Amino acid sequence: MKHNLILRVISKFLIPLIFLFALYVQFHGDFGPGGGFQAGVIFSTGIILYALVFGVKTAKQIIPPFVLRSLASFGVLLYAGTGVASLLLGGKYLEYGVLASTQVAGQHLGILLIELGVGISVMSVMLIIFFAFAERGQTEEGS
Amino acid sequence: MMLDNLVDITLLTMLMVHAFAIIYLRNLFAVIMLFGSFSFLSAGLFVVMDALDVAFTEAAVGAGISTVLMLGTLALTYRHTEDKQEKQPAHKPWLPLVVVCITGAMLIYGTSDIPDFGDPQAPAQQYVAPYYLEKSIPETGVPNVVTAVLASYRGFDTLGEVTVIFTAGIAVMLLIGGRRRSKNNNTTGSDHET
Amino acid sequence: MMDWILGHYNYWLVIIIMMAGFYTVISQGNLIKKIAGLNIFQVSVFMLYISVSNVKGGAAPIIESDVSLYSNPLPHVLILTAIVVGVATTSLGLALVVRIKEAYGTIEEDDIHNQDQSL
Repeated sequence: MKHNLILRVISKFLIPLIFLFALYVQFHGDFGPGGGFQAGVIFSTGIILYALVFGVKTAKQIIPPFVLRSLASFGVLLYAGTGVASLLLGGKYLEYGVLASTQVAGQHLGILLIELGVGISVMSVMLIIFFAFAERGQTEEGS
Repeated sequence: MMLDNLVDITLLTMLMVHAFAIIYLRNLFAVIMLFGSFSFLSAGLFVVMDALDVAFTEAAVGAGISTVLMLGTLALTYRHTEDKQEKQPAHKPWLPLVVVCITGAMLIYGTSDIPDFGDPQAPAQQYVAPYYLEKSIPETGVPNVVTAVLASYRGFDTLGEVTVIFTAGIAVMLLIGGRRRSKNNNTTGSDHET
Repeated sequence: MMDWILGHYNYWLVIIIMMAGFYTVISQGNLIKKIAGLNIFQVSVFMLYISVSNVKGGAAPIIESDVSLYSNPLPHVLILTAIVVGVATTSLGLALVVRIKEAYGTIEEDDIHNQDQSL
């Protein structure tokens, strides 16, 4: 459609930059402002922009809903699983010091893993909620 | 010092104007746009108060996700009317005004004993915060103290928070996950997509 | 006296915004406006907490080698969690508004009450 041309061109240019920025915020949360929540929301914003410009059906082909549900559960599982891993390695629940050879290295690894879990979970949940709102307006065909 | 206070007062006054405009306006589209702008301005206020992570999250979540969801709700609920207006108010607002004024007066009286804004010797800055600021790098090796406290010292709370957001996603999926049944059935249930 | 006003004006302005949000929740009839008012109330409570944590002349709580005075990081952590819980509550509230519209045909509070009482 002609009047969508500017939106399509600009969003094709911007969406990879949004994903890159989300990954930057995720992995530099230790050294500057940022962390899992912000990165998850920014990543889902990229996909929401794609769905707004190109249609919800096309966006659902990129990320099918069952993948979103699995990713949301996987995020929470990764977080809780890090705690269980430290239990199995001899420490208390969510004590990251036992995950690697030294205390500080273990803390780094533990924080990285749980921020990853938080980011994945928040991204999937924001997309689940958005797709639920976007698809509700259409009625089912047939019964 | 005065410039800091001036920026504070300007941002807070603009936020107040936004809040009063949201009360007064009846066009719902304008209300939602003002709400997004309010979120963004409050993120600016958080930056002025040195709360960078909070400003980041408030801008992304308030001006991003909340505004998009409200626009989606407006599209779903006002599909058949041309103008998205709310109704003329039916009763006079005297009782809510009185309640709000009494509550506000009690709150202002209650904050008269709080230590001054920005006081370094306030009791809130004395006991626990210096411990985290000193011990964060030796014990965790992470320069961002907010991430260290959130992920390592208070990791349980963050686990609960992720569970809350996961539960909200499941609940929204249960409430409005599928498509509506077509109008001649006149039911309100829906099937879930497989 | 001037020092006391300069030290406390921040809290008063935040309380005024809080009361504006509170008024929207209890007196406006439209459900979407109520949820917007609830969010305004929440954000003003966050501003109150962050005002308590601010330290004049301090920097953001990211440890650098040449900075000695930092703002208090603990309320930041609390408000971060509260913001995310707030967005969960808002999205659930909006989903309920959509279902109410499908069940009653309107999202004005008075019409819903009348429909309930006429059953």
